[in-house]
Amino acid sequence: MGKRFMYMNTKAPYGTVYALESLEVVLIGAAFEQDVSLAFIGDGVYQLKKGQDTQGIGMKNFSPTYAALGDYDVNKIYVEKESLEERGLSLDDLQHLVWEDEDEDWAEKDSIKLVSRSELADVIDDQDVVLSF
Amino acid sequence: MTTLHTVNKSPFSSSSFDDCLGLAKSGSTVLLFEDGVYAATTGTSSAEAITNANGVSFAVLGPDAKARGVEGKIADGIKVVDYDGFVDLVAEHDKVHAWL
Amino acid sequence: MKLGIQINEGPYQHQAADSAYQFAKAALAKGHEIFRVFFYHDGVNTATRLAVPPQDDRNITQEWTELQKEHNLDLVVCIAAAQRRGLMDEDEAKRQGKDANNIAEGFRISGLGQLIEAGIECDRLVTFGA
Repeated sequence: MGKRFMYMNTKAPYGTVYALESLEVVLIGAAFEQDVSLAFIGDGVYQLKKGQDTQGIGMKNFSPTYAALGDYDVNKIYVEKESLEERGLSLDDLQHLVWEDEDEDWAEKDSIKLVSRSELADVIDDQDVVLSF
Repeated sequence: MTTLHTVNKSPFSSSSFDDCLGLAKSGSTVLLFEDGVYAATTGTSSAEAITNANGVSFAVLGPDAKARGVEGKIADGIKVVDYDGFVDLVAEHDKVHAWL
Repeated sequence: MKLGIQINEGPYQHQAADSAYQFAKAALAKGHEIFRVFFYHDGVNTATRLAVPPQDDRNITQEWTELQKEHNLDLVVCIAAAQRRGLMDEDEAKRQGKDANNIAEGFRISGLGQLIEAGIECDRLVTFGA
């Protein structure tokens, strides 16, 4: 399965380019058949907020791209619980990201794993490469 | 797996130092460099957090502290390294996690 | 050790390119191999041929060009980030119908796959950014 790659997302979308350009790395990276996980912590959780409408600010709404991640075999998306709570958000506020498990008759499964800070620390600890943006 | 965490922002302007401490596991090392060196200076709550961090080692990049005139203010128990030491820290840990 | 370096910020605006340079020099002096230096986000601006910084301070682009020459480093500028920010080599400029190119000596433009490859091939990936 190759190396375990973890993409760290700590920044909100639109105010800076990091969210968009890190997503572009994920999509390209998917072709390399490594073991990919994404982590959203701190303001990074805002990237997954549903209902983004960017018409008024004249920027491209790239949030639909997160929904396509499942098709790229990127289905381990860790969202830190404490970061959500600090921001008055819950899982319901985020996009519902899914993937289809071909080993289970293409059953639709949730890609987002809500984890506590300490659980996430263990997940990150297990990774071979951490990509930060 | 051991991790070298790198923090390059002042703890007063960014949450990256706190965020890093919240996720760093025992056995890992945090390298404070660029503006992150301020977290290692005496009389700050960050230096106190460093003292209380169990099992996590801290290092500060000397040249960055010197550049900022705070090399004489680094709290006890924090190793001062130069770029050679930075390279060694990278080699000694299994991976590097940059907090940006 | 085989090292990969990622630089996420532009020269002078942040210390990233400087820190990465000092780190790279130290690593090379210790006999480590630098597999690739990958410039992403505003980091692509490090590759401009057109910078004329004040003479009494470091010339970041030139530092990297010289280090590349001395150690045959692979300095890669991400094409997607470069296109957004207007960094072009001769081929790209022709392809895009632009009237100029501006990549400095020693840098090459390539895809994001080069960063992933660095992650796969290297023992350590070190990221400098903000």
